[in-house]
Amino acid sequence: MTKKPITYPRASHTFDAYTNSEIRRAAETGIYDIRGGGSKRKLPNFDDLLFLGASISRYPLEGYRESCNTKVTLGDRFSSNPLNLAIPITIAGMSFGALSAQAKEALGRGASLVGTSTTTGDGGMTKEERACSKQLVYQLLPSRYGMNPDDLRKADALEIVVGQGAKPGGGGMLLGQKINDRVAEMRTLPKGIDQRSPCRHPDWTGPDDMEIKILELREITGWKVPIFVKVAGSRPYYDVALAAKAGADVVVVDGMQGGTAATQEVFIENVGIPTLACVRPAVKALQELGLHRKVQLVVSGGIRNGADVAKAMALGADAVSIGSAALIALGDNDPRYQKDYEKLGSTAGSFDDWHEGLDPAGITTQDKRLSKRLDPKLGGRRLANYLNVMTMEAQTIARACGKNDLRNLEPEDLCALTVESAAMAGVPLAGTSWIPGA
Amino acid sequence: MHILDFEKLSLRDINRTLQDANKHSSFSIKNPKGSHALAVGINKKMDVNVVGSVGYYCAGMNKFSNIKIEGSAGPGLGENMMSGIVHVTGDVSQYAGASGHGGNIIIDGNASSRCGISMKGIDIIVKGNVGHMSAFMAQKGSLVVFGNAGHALGDSIYEANIYVAGEVASLGTDCVEKKMTKKHQNDLRKILTNANIAINNLDSFKRFGSARSLYNFKVDNAK
Repeated sequence: MTKKPITYPRASHTFDAYTNSEIRRAAETGIYDIRGGGSKRKLPNFDDLLFLGASISRYPLEGYRESCNTKVTLGDRFSSNPLNLAIPITIAGMSFGALSAQAKEALGRGASLVGTSTTTGDGGMTKEERACSKQLVYQLLPSRYGMNPDDLRKADALEIVVGQGAKPGGGGMLLGQKINDRVAEMRTLPKGIDQRSPCRHPDWTGPDDMEIKILELREITGWKVPIFVKVAGSRPYYDVALAAKAGADVVVVDGMQGGTAATQEVFIENVGIPTLACVRPAVKALQELGLHRKVQLVVSGGIRNGADVAKAMALGADAVSIGSAALIALGDNDPRYQKDYEKLGSTAGSFDDWHEGLDPAGITTQDKRLSKRLDPKLGGRRLANYLNVMTMEAQTIARACGKNDLRNLEPEDLCALTVESAAMAGVPLAGTSWIPGA
Repeated sequence: MHILDFEKLSLRDINRTLQDANKHSSFSIKNPKGSHALAVGINKKMDVNVVGSVGYYCAGMNKFSNIKIEGSAGPGLGENMMSGIVHVTGDVSQYAGASGHGGNIIIDGNASSRCGISMKGIDIIVKGNVGHMSAFMAQKGSLVVFGNAGHALGDSIYEANIYVAGEVASLGTDCVEKKMTKKHQNDLRKILTNANIAINNLDSFKRFGSARSLYNFKVDNAK
């Protein structure tokens, strides 16, 4: 009998294994997939840029000894008490509720050890967080959960959250498993509900209203503390221009790799633009208003190491902010919990069911037993170490480019590996002088 | 009574004076001319009388103080207030009492849309009508309306109560009419008594609240 020729089984790129599993999951549950974190798809990012180290045409600074300033002041446009940070890396807003009280404390401790700021989140300010954070940014979110004037006056800066990179145009989510008595009380919500926060502020809509809102906040706080406006990366040129025009001291732009405690997977992966694509339009908006370096620009969303810090700053950011990376430094997705992750149907490195409150690392949970796994003091030390490493890495690169201040890095120090990243970052393709779209 | 005149003082001067004043002080603010962010962030028990209409966010984040506006108020009146009383003799614009945690707002005239949006414990009394989407996502406290309510009243409401004496154009998602029990009649009477509003017959008031059908995601198990 003649053997029939066969071809190899061919998997579909369109209906790949993940897609098929999601279709089956949707068919079984009737609810969209909810998860934490930021975009996991392969996106153009800072890895697609390279620094042009000094050689004959430029000379470098002595790598280990010459000074390279890392200090940055945020918010000196209108406020009398701006934030003076020792490093240009801040900790992004993450709520108590989404995170355990221990995790919030650890973030405050770590940030304070290295002289930078940390940020509250949807759900208000906890006393542990305030006590452990030398410089604390208090977020004003659409939900106004836990918002009160006493905490407002305790804050070192305020951040009006318009949007978040993981979900531009969307509101937060905190599922019932994490709404225990304390979280429910702080948010004035019934215990155990699946809380879905509003996506718009309750008392203003457009940029003209926001200008008056900023006036109100300044009047309440006596024009002392800086006011940040955080926008999601979607139309950074227009949003940054409007935020600056409305009177922000600092604008934070969060790209789609920026994490969230919980939202729909379809939202995380399909709404917003990559962080890399946000920076130049944001800088351009400020430059055209004559406000670059006067209104500071903070970039967040997938910042992982000193190279990312240096690249964001070379493109014109004054500082960066980290969230997911800070949680990893505390122990999120650590391989030592591999068996626990497997019990939850995940693996160390890919666990993102933060909304279910069963985080083996004790970070994204309100479970008393699990949250005890995180020692806030040790976590703080680990975060401080990580922040120090990132800073030293950024300095190493800056010195190699001949810069004695991280903010002296400039687009001219960069080239791109791909046509896409060259166009997004507005820097030449490596080995050429071609900037697509310029 | 101290007089603060906008013809002579800036907004900052007036707010600073109010915020730094001693407990039990009394102020009269003249010529407000629709100014925004007036009398915000007061943190002590005192009396503030504003003679004229105000702009956005008057009495924002108020704590303890008793603020009367002899005129109308712009958007965000008494936003996020914690306690005290804010009384407006005229009409108010959008978002009155937004996310208010406590205290009372009394509006002698009408309130525009989204009155009591995201309220978290405040009691708001409107002697006239309220606009659409009032008490949207209202979490706690009461909205009392002597007149009519616009469309989508109480959309996505949590545990707040809405009392309406007039007509309701339509109810929002998950908002339903609820039984007006003796307890709720007593609660309503208490809210009105606290606001010095005398009313004998509460029969015309209907109560609205959450059906609680949106509180949790519905997950099937179609294995």
